[in-house]
Amino acid sequence: MKNSIDRRSFLKASLTAGGALLVTFSMPNGSRASEKFAIEPALPDFQPNAFIRIAKDGKVTVIVGQAEMGQGVLTSLPMIIADELEVEWANVSYEIAPAAAAFANPLLGTQATGGSSSVRAFFGPLRKSAATVREMLVSAAAQTWGVSADACKAENGKVLHVASGKSVNYGDLLEAAAKIAPSANPKLKDPKDFKFIGKGIKRLDTPEKVNGKAVFGLDVRLPGMLYATVQRSPVLGGKVKSFDDAAAKAVKGVRNVIQLESGIGVVADSYFAARRGRQALKIVWDEGKMATVSSESILADYIDAEQKEKGLVAKTVGDAEAAKPKAAKTIEATYFAPFLAHATMEPMNFTADVRADGADMWGGSQIQLVVKNQIAKAVGLAPEKVNVHTTLLGGGFGRRVGVDYVIDSALLSKAVGKPVKVVWTREDDVQNDFHRPATYNKLSAGIGVDGKPIFWHHRIVNPSIMAGLAPTVFGFPFPDGQLDDSSYEGAHNLPYQIPNLQVEWVRKETGVPIGFWRSVGSSHTAYTVECFLDELAAAAGKDPLEYRLSLLEKNSRHAGVLKLAAEKAGWATKPAEGIFRGIAVAESFGSFVAQVAEVSVGKDGAVKVHRVVCAVDCGQVVNPDTIAAQMEGSIVMGLTAALYGEITLKGGRIQQGNFNNYKMLRMSEVPRIETYILPSNEPHGGVGEPGTPPIAPAVVNAIFAATGKRIRTLPIRL
Amino acid sequence: MAKISINKKTYETDADPSTPLLWVIRDDIGLTGTKFGCGIAQCGACTVHVDGEPRRSCITPLSTVAGKEITTIEGLSENSDHPLQKAWVEADVPQCGYCQSGQIMAAAGLLKKTKNPTDAEIDAAMNGIICRCGTYNRIRAAIKQAAINGGK
Repeated sequence: MKNSIDRRSFLKASLTAGGALLVTFSMPNGSRASEKFAIEPALPDFQPNAFIRIAKDGKVTVIVGQAEMGQGVLTSLPMIIADELEVEWANVSYEIAPAAAAFANPLLGTQATGGSSSVRAFFGPLRKSAATVREMLVSAAAQTWGVSADACKAENGKVLHVASGKSVNYGDLLEAAAKIAPSANPKLKDPKDFKFIGKGIKRLDTPEKVNGKAVFGLDVRLPGMLYATVQRSPVLGGKVKSFDDAAAKAVKGVRNVIQLESGIGVVADSYFAARRGRQALKIVWDEGKMATVSSESILADYIDAEQKEKGLVAKTVGDAEAAKPKAAKTIEATYFAPFLAHATMEPMNFTADVRADGADMWGGSQIQLVVKNQIAKAVGLAPEKVNVHTTLLGGGFGRRVGVDYVIDSALLSKAVGKPVKVVWTREDDVQNDFHRPATYNKLSAGIGVDGKPIFWHHRIVNPSIMAGLAPTVFGFPFPDGQLDDSSYEGAHNLPYQIPNLQVEWVRKETGVPIGFWRSVGSSHTAYTVECFLDELAAAAGKDPLEYRLSLLEKNSRHAGVLKLAAEKAGWATKPAEGIFRGIAVAESFGSFVAQVAEVSVGKDGAVKVHRVVCAVDCGQVVNPDTIAAQMEGSIVMGLTAALYGEITLKGGRIQQGNFNNYKMLRMSEVPRIETYILPSNEPHGGVGEPGTPPIAPAVVNAIFAATGKRIRTLPIRL
Repeated sequence: MAKISINKKTYETDADPSTPLLWVIRDDIGLTGTKFGCGIAQCGACTVHVDGEPRRSCITPLSTVAGKEITTIEGLSENSDHPLQKAWVEADVPQCGYCQSGQIMAAAGLLKKTKNPTDAEIDAAMNGIICRCGTYNRIRAAIKQAAINGGK
């Protein structure tokens, strides 16, 4: 399909070879493309972006272009289609789409899964597409019967002639429906008639995830496939100076040792042999300029930059500088949040079959089209010769917005002329991540005699995620002096009424590769601003909840979730002996989340989080069970980071490597989590990430309630 | 050639005797439900049963399982109908799903010995299995449900 589709040919239907009705649809593209992903080449006005397939037996397959990494998109997107198409849920299944422009995410401008955007981006287009198909099926039946389409209705995979009661299955209408001109403006269902949307529908992918049949990238097996591992420089950015592979090649099963830009690849008959071969490599590294970098030197650089550099202004309200003398009390603090690794449970891996005539790539990626294009470039093929077969992702969290591990597999397959599966070790994964950037914050705020803020001045020092990823992954430049809101989002858009506010960003690069980590900037800004606001509340002698509410518009969505979380947590009542509460709220990706944490602190300083009450306003709801699951998961990930998460450097080396020293929260440490969804008619917000930002500040604020101590550096140490 | 019994079937493998059972199961035999997560017995994604006992296959050399019966997630039940699998579906436990084979195998080991585990017993049996998606509370609920349904 060429790019000449206009608005009127919104839908194009055809019968496939098997007689199934295949409908592709298109939509305006790029109008709201996020700056973060606005990749070039710009997509044309219209692109087909998803597929519905109806078979003769009435089974409906929804082809999902968004990557399933645990967030439930293989269920939520089919729910949207099934509802508007009027089919029985038992007849709906999913298929994972190939990498193709047809599946571009309209919010991100490319086929990408990130920014908690899948439902937000596809709700409208999928409904419209399904409604169009439904109307075609109804028209087809009406024509067959010689009655008016208005006299018919669609229901449970059938078209019904209301007056006579006769009906016909969708599967029997496919040929006739394919001849009907699709409407550009189908009539959408009244939301009150939704059968699936808004209901807790069970996930379609659960059955295969409890019996070992689910296929992740690691599970791909091709005939004649070899296994590989790559030894990267232990010092970030280091390069191979020389290497001796004699011992490695002597390991039984090792076939090839190949130098790559990223390091030395060992290809073998088995993964174990490849690992043994790798252990036998003798490599001399040119450690490069990172060899002297440590966590301490980075922090010193941050502090120095904060003191010497003006930075860029991210937000100004009133005149914070001029208002400073008017404060009755001034509070100052510095906050620090560390680098964090994603540590998806499935380590990075990809399988490549690169041939002279084309390439097939299997694995998990959050940016399939970027993979297609970058692999084409890396192996010297035209993009249309590269097929990307997306598997399930054993976690994403932003890490699989990267092509490093994919390129390993492609280059090695090309070099040996056979299919190759590259599997990173856990240590490779932790030490070669695109980490959540470490961030240093300097804050000062003044309150008046009434306790309310008079000014708020926040200076944020960290590197730019987009400066790193824009040119390497997305293929567009990031000029110096450009703002990057992923560094300070959540800090520059404070919801509180503060008459004089100044938020500045001092960009300080560190040389440590960085990327999107679940909730991105909000993963640290919510901690900083919600804890500092708590400091103001304490200075004003106010209850933390009451103080927040006094600074919010009465009917704001922030206030809504705060009140709901507080009510459900019993904020007004005294907690049990030894238990202390903290509260925090944050908006991210269009959703508003407040959390109350109930915490105890042992005499030895051990922090135990007993209960988290979470209130979310994510606008209209597609699947409440998914929302609850995502809040639970986001809270556990945020709590893991707050209690344990820290990537540190010494001599340019990441000091953590596996779960023994990059600790994860375990079963016995997980609090009871209650999620409450605030009914809302607002547009959809995201749900994959917004549960993460409030948990660290809620816990830290509870620790203050328990001990009077402010934790201004994460992870929490008492 | 070593003989290995997995899910009541005998396989022959020419893998080096020091090869971790995980890679024999996955790459030689082709049963990919058992996962690699850490390689050092820290995460439990590789949990299988060796003679009925949960074991980390990533640190279990092939040479140590001769003559023993190995059960993987694929062999836990005939039709994915082990009470734990049913409870997992009922509670919609998995998110990404990658760790769940290990979670279920660890839980199956627990229920074999302890018909109605307490929270502390669940903690003890399950603390070794990491879930980065944070499905722990649903795992706990599903284990309790399976216990009620007579899981073993």
